[in-house]
Amino acid sequence: MLRAAGLTKQVSSPEGILTILDDVSLNIGRAESVALVGPSGAGKTTLLAILAGLDQPTRGRVWLCGEDITAMDEDGRALLRARRVGFVFQSFHLVQSLTALENVMLPLELAGEARAAAVARETLANVGLSARVGHYPRQLSGGEQQRVAIARAFVMRPEVLFADEPTGNLDSATGDRIGRLLFDLNAEAKTTLVLVTHERDLAARCDRTIRIEAGRVEAGEVEAGRVVA
Amino acid sequence: MKVLGFALRAFRRDLRAGELSILLAAIIVAVTAMTAVGFFTDRVGGAMKDQASQVLAADLVLRSAGPISPGYLSDARALGLEFAETLAFPTVVVAGEQTTLAAIDAVSDTYPLRGQLTVADTLFGNGRPATGVPLRGEAWAEPGLLGRLGLEVGASVSVGERSLRITRVLQYKPDQNIGFINLAPGLMVNLADVPSFGVVKPGSRVTYNQMYAGSDAQIATFRKQLTPRLRPDESLRGREDAGDQINAAIDRAQRFLTLASLVTVILAAVAAAMAARRYALRHLDNIALLKTLGATQSFVIAVTVTELAFVIALTSVVGVLLGYGAQYGLAVIAAEFVGFVLPPATGQPFLLGVLTAATVVVGFALPHLLSVGTTPPLRVLRKDLPPPRLSAAVTYGVALAAIGALVLVIVRDPLLLGLIAGGVVGTAVVAFGLGWLLVRALSRFRGAAGIAWRYGLANIARRGGESVVQIVAFGLSLMVLLLLGVVRNDILKTWEQTVPANAPNQFMINIEPDQLPGLKAFFQAEVGQEPVSLPLIRGRLTAVNGTPVKEVKVANAQGAAFLQREANLTWTGTLPASNVVTDGTWWGAGYAGPLQLSLDAELATNLGVKVGDSLTFNVAGEDINAPITSLRTIEWDSFQPNFYVVLSPGVSADLPQTYLASVFVPRDRVEMLSRLVRQFPGVTVLDLEVILSQVRAVIDKASMAVQYVFLFTLLAGVVVLLAAIQLTRDERRFESAILHTLGAARRKILQGVAVEFVTLGSLAGVLAAVGATLLGWGLATYAFKLEYTVSALLWPLGLATGALIVGITGTLATRKAVNEPPIAVLRDR
Repeated sequence: MLRAAGLTKQVSSPEGILTILDDVSLNIGRAESVALVGPSGAGKTTLLAILAGLDQPTRGRVWLCGEDITAMDEDGRALLRARRVGFVFQSFHLVQSLTALENVMLPLELAGEARAAAVARETLANVGLSARVGHYPRQLSGGEQQRVAIARAFVMRPEVLFADEPTGNLDSATGDRIGRLLFDLNAEAKTTLVLVTHERDLAARCDRTIRIEAGRVEAGEVEAGRVVA
Repeated sequence: MKVLGFALRAFRRDLRAGELSILLAAIIVAVTAMTAVGFFTDRVGGAMKDQASQVLAADLVLRSAGPISPGYLSDARALGLEFAETLAFPTVVVAGEQTTLAAIDAVSDTYPLRGQLTVADTLFGNGRPATGVPLRGEAWAEPGLLGRLGLEVGASVSVGERSLRITRVLQYKPDQNIGFINLAPGLMVNLADVPSFGVVKPGSRVTYNQMYAGSDAQIATFRKQLTPRLRPDESLRGREDAGDQINAAIDRAQRFLTLASLVTVILAAVAAAMAARRYALRHLDNIALLKTLGATQSFVIAVTVTELAFVIALTSVVGVLLGYGAQYGLAVIAAEFVGFVLPPATGQPFLLGVLTAATVVVGFALPHLLSVGTTPPLRVLRKDLPPPRLSAAVTYGVALAAIGALVLVIVRDPLLLGLIAGGVVGTAVVAFGLGWLLVRALSRFRGAAGIAWRYGLANIARRGGESVVQIVAFGLSLMVLLLLGVVRNDILKTWEQTVPANAPNQFMINIEPDQLPGLKAFFQAEVGQEPVSLPLIRGRLTAVNGTPVKEVKVANAQGAAFLQREANLTWTGTLPASNVVTDGTWWGAGYAGPLQLSLDAELATNLGVKVGDSLTFNVAGEDINAPITSLRTIEWDSFQPNFYVVLSPGVSADLPQTYLASVFVPRDRVEMLSRLVRQFPGVTVLDLEVILSQVRAVIDKASMAVQYVFLFTLLAGVVVLLAAIQLTRDERRFESAILHTLGAARRKILQGVAVEFVTLGSLAGVLAAVGATLLGWGLATYAFKLEYTVSALLWPLGLATGALIVGITGTLATRKAVNEPPIAVLRDR
């Protein structure tokens, strides 16, 4: 479902060339859930961005849903994302001027879906926000905002879902609930899940954990809490 | 279709969320200002044209020395034109023992087609607008005629074989000749009475006039039909040919109004650009999000362009409606003040409104919004990614091109466009330079005072480029404000001074040389001032360089017209004050040598003659020949008697001549004029007060219109200021919240804000003063041909106004942001 080969990301900085990712290769199967973990600045988010086609590697290739997204242009990657990819962010990224319902409708409208409102309403019900459809983000709590974001991510029934610190802005109880919701929906929709997190519990729920250190994949991968060779 | 639907929803949501409010408001202000000015100037322009028509009493006049073909009138009728006929001839009028030469004006019932007659019931009584024309058997006499004949209203006079009862004093008629050529006082009669006089016979000196009025298009068509059919003795005079002074006044009025609409557009466009930039910056994250959700770049751009099309449509409609309302209010107030009714507006300003909205959106909003369309989706993960930067060349190039095109459409005057563009670009360059220096220099003063001071200056310095942009924006709008508030006034005053308050208001002609000393003594005794007098010699040009005029090829129609008529000549040793010699040499006071001529330079061009050529004039049957030794330019709107042809003194004193005299008589002393008329019966007095007040009324109306129009522009300037402050609002909210959190008191933060805005305003004020001075000078000198001296007020006023307006408005507008609870602000981030 998601394959990366020899990913390297370098940026120029005042101190010279800075290598953020160094020859990263990985393979993630259909319906698999993978946590990217590691210390701050290790390159987790950069890896996520490249895997999702939001950024381009300096070297290396990425195949998403069988298509080489590193060979595509920005618009090609956008079209692929529109059909098959969902996102959940640490800071929710809801459009402040739109209601919860309208935020969830956005990807449907982009795809030209005629029943956008009905589908969005249904999805909001799935995340337990039926009573909040007309609320604006600033009228919602952090947990509720993230639930709207999750509804928005799942509303297109994506094949791959990328989540960047989805519980990072929430207290632990709320984070826990959000984590559960994310995995429940994931299991139900058989979505491939790639998430960046600092939360051990959240990482532990994943089928597999990939540890990134200084831009490189650490030798040992952890599978359902077990290190495999 | 997908784009349209998405854009429509986005537009609706943006409207509802108030995201577009500032941008919409700015564009609506632009369109409202533009169309209000457009509708109003359209109507004022119409009124101006009517004023010019009044000088003719029609839109077009056909003049002939013989009876005019009646075919012309049926043509005019076929085209739907209004028409009137008049007949003018001199004849002796008798009242008892008294006789005098009078200029008879026989008019048809529809006269005048434009303007109004002013009549009074007693000699020098209060005038009022007349209804209709004299009835058959009645006559309206000019004051001079009553004075000469010693008559009052109600008396009878005989014209030829007919006795007429004088029922009114005729104080003013629109087509009053202000060229001082009518020697006899006038008597207006009904055209239908003329045959009964028995004085108009073949060979009589009679001028036949047919007058026409209608729409511009009708008149143009009619003129085109008529021109090829005219006999040599028939001539056409249109509105555009009407009196030089009126034309000059109207020309300036229109330039003024044009300038007014121009600055409004520029100001409002600046506001729109600021609003668009703010909107764009606020939408960076949303656009990155849309792209993450799968929107392509072209989709984002298409949606942006479509949404902007909705913006244009909405702002056009709302702006034009508001603009029409605003101009209507202005017109009503203007009418109430000056007592004239404006003609209805044409539909043209509507198109102008749409064009304005489109220009402002495309030139000022689109670049900002399109550049945001290139925001990378990665921004959803990396907030620190800088927003896509628009190159300055693109921003300002597109804006200048758009505004330049619009301005050119409006003013159709590349010179004026060039001056405006030069002033704006020059100020921007100077402003950016000075702004940059200030921002750099500020760091030195940061430690100078308390925390408020440091915070305020730090704000300016830290925002670097943005501060410079703000200074430029403030500077530009302030410059325009100064241009309106001070320079406009200066130019207006200079303009009004071209009509001096004590301009001579009584002109006397037909003064015999031996009457002159007595006349001077009369005025010395009555008003303590001798009239200025000049000899008046009537002569007709008969030959150029010895070639009879019939065989002379003149340069143009005006030259040909000069050959057709008796010219007024004068002689003098001293060059008249409003004249400047441009070629050759003036003979100088005390010259007594052979006869020389000095010509108006324009007349020389029209006739195709130059210094060194000789002209022959026939004066009272005798030919006089003299070389042209100098050419002069004449300031015709000086309201002093001026002559196309001036003779050198000496020999000229022996030519048959009368005198022309002019003097200022205060309004409360005009009753003495009836004594003058009785004491010097041959002298014709022309009360120019009436004519001058007519001219001044035109100027007043123009000034009034200009001031209303500028009032609107001032409003646009204030909106720019608010838009500029709005641009940095989000940042300020956040900063204030941080400072609050760190324990700063609201008062301290407000003080810092005040320091920042007062400093910004002061600098903007200096920049504005520089710009306004340069621009004002350029406009006055090149566009309005007026002498302009920089008002001493301009600079201190610029500085103080900048500091005050920007300081107070900035602080007030920021107060809300500063006062918001920090937690609410910080949570928003």
